[in-house]
Amino acid sequence: MSPQDGSTRTIAVVSAGLSTPSSTRLLADRLTSATVAALRNRGISATVEVVELREHARDLADNLLTGFANGPLRSAVDTVTGADAVLAVTPIFSASYSGLFKTFFDVLDKDALVGTPVLMGATAGTARHSLALEHALRPLFAYLRATVVPTAVFAASEDWAGGDGGLADRVDRAAGELADLVAGRPPAAPVDPFAAPTSSFEDLLRGT
Amino acid sequence: MQFGIFTVSDITQDPTTGRTPTEAERIRAVLAIATKAEEVGLDVFALGEHHNPPFFSSSPTTTLAYIAAQTSSLQLSTATTLITTNDPVKIAEDYAMLQHLAGGRVDLTLGRGNTGPVYPWFGQDIRNGIELAVENYALLRRLWAEDVVDWQGKFRTPLQGFTSTPRPLDGVAPFVWHGSIRSPQIAEQAAYYGDGFFHNHIFWPPEHTQKMVEFYRKRYEHYGHGSADQAIVGLGGQFFMRKNSQDAVREFRPYFDNAPVYGHGPSLEDFSSQTPLTVGSPQQVIERTLGFRDYVGDYQRQLFLIDHAGLPLKTVLEQLDLLGEEVVPVLRREFAALKPAHVPDAPTHASRVAAAGGPKDVTVSAAADDVTGQVAEQVREEVEAR
Repeated sequence: MSPQDGSTRTIAVVSAGLSTPSSTRLLADRLTSATVAALRNRGISATVEVVELREHARDLADNLLTGFANGPLRSAVDTVTGADAVLAVTPIFSASYSGLFKTFFDVLDKDALVGTPVLMGATAGTARHSLALEHALRPLFAYLRATVVPTAVFAASEDWAGGDGGLADRVDRAAGELADLVAGRPPAAPVDPFAAPTSSFEDLLRGT
Repeated sequence: MQFGIFTVSDITQDPTTGRTPTEAERIRAVLAIATKAEEVGLDVFALGEHHNPPFFSSSPTTTLAYIAAQTSSLQLSTATTLITTNDPVKIAEDYAMLQHLAGGRVDLTLGRGNTGPVYPWFGQDIRNGIELAVENYALLRRLWAEDVVDWQGKFRTPLQGFTSTPRPLDGVAPFVWHGSIRSPQIAEQAAYYGDGFFHNHIFWPPEHTQKMVEFYRKRYEHYGHGSADQAIVGLGGQFFMRKNSQDAVREFRPYFDNAPVYGHGPSLEDFSSQTPLTVGSPQQVIERTLGFRDYVGDYQRQLFLIDHAGLPLKTVLEQLDLLGEEVVPVLRREFAALKPAHVPDAPTHASRVAAAGGPKDVTVSAAADDVTGQVAEQVREEVEAR
């Protein structure tokens, strides 16, 4: 029995796929199932919250201009920033994450994902885009100081065609790495900047 | 409760005509708006401070002094005074001077300013915004409270034996509000000193304003200035009114759609539901405004932004007529009927002087002048002796 036996964690899934059905969402679902199973093996049950960025495309553009997230986007942001782990999956457009995917992470507070375990996934028409995960997504999450698992999962069209590219193995390996990280951490606590001052005003006055 | 208007002094193209006013025109327009505010029975006119185009108001005390001379009862305030990039010594001097000229009708609202490039123009760094606000305001208070100040801090040249003149009118410093859209530290600062807290209440959803104000009230009580519902709260807001609400929507839409801050983003309808913006009839503005009290409690000051985004002067003056004739009289009556007796009004110079036991002459005369003169003379003598 693990010490986390019986506890519940929240996994937020951010999917930036644009079509329905989308291969990005398909990969996100594979990663989600594998993560939930891996957590279960560690005695942890998981609640899954999916954020389809397509539904927030206009909200995100508005947020860029107004500086605040409107109601539906606020819920999505709170879901992701309050989760115990994040699965972030994007199609690769023009050699990088999609603009929609990047915009979502652009409107988060820069400290909102500090230390949060993240599993990255990406899809594209050809495997020649696969390193975009390493040269585009990983630096993004490094900037946000999230804790990204070593295995990032890329799925090209040929992986869905049943080719033996090892996709299932990569999904399981990545999910296991994420589950280890989640299991090793206490459940995420809500952060409320208004709950109490982080320091007294006397500290601010002293410049500490 | 005080009602008034605030302007950010933007010089913006009128999207319906393609014409942009000149600086001279826009400056005259704002003066006309301020004097009109008094004529229609408003209490407060507040002016922003900016140091970059498309804004003209780099020198708010000059403008407010002129307005003070043209008016007799209007309370003059700022929206906001930059506590980060202004030298607190100059703020102490300028606003003490303005208070003398205006006969006690001045208060000020301090803000950090969110225009990054402005900071280095004044030798500062936006990343130090909170620290600057904290240190500079602590010094500003001392400059008004103490005749002779010795001071050393992180951001400004140290002061030795400095006296800020003129001394505060009647020995009482102007009342200070602290404005912040999203920084709990600034609400904390306002609460710590028992000063007012002003929320812009234009750009963000009401739920956010509610959190900031609740936090300020809680901390106000924590620091022993009174109960949470006695804290001094001011709100911004914006509207566009016509007798017929459809006319208001039709006329305001091009200004909204092209507004510098939120234009080309959310629709007028979305933004109206997400923020306190009200575009409609006077009755709709009355109802929406009365609703502010539901989430911030009984508050002391309500200012509206009405002259932005290229709206022509004629239109703004019509807005003021509607505000003064149809909206504010109802709001005054309704808010007053709802406010419990133990909730104070917004502090004024008169109420603060009374609370301090009456006016005091605090002129620092011969003694300090002699000291300054002697030092200068000694220096001169030393130089001449060489």
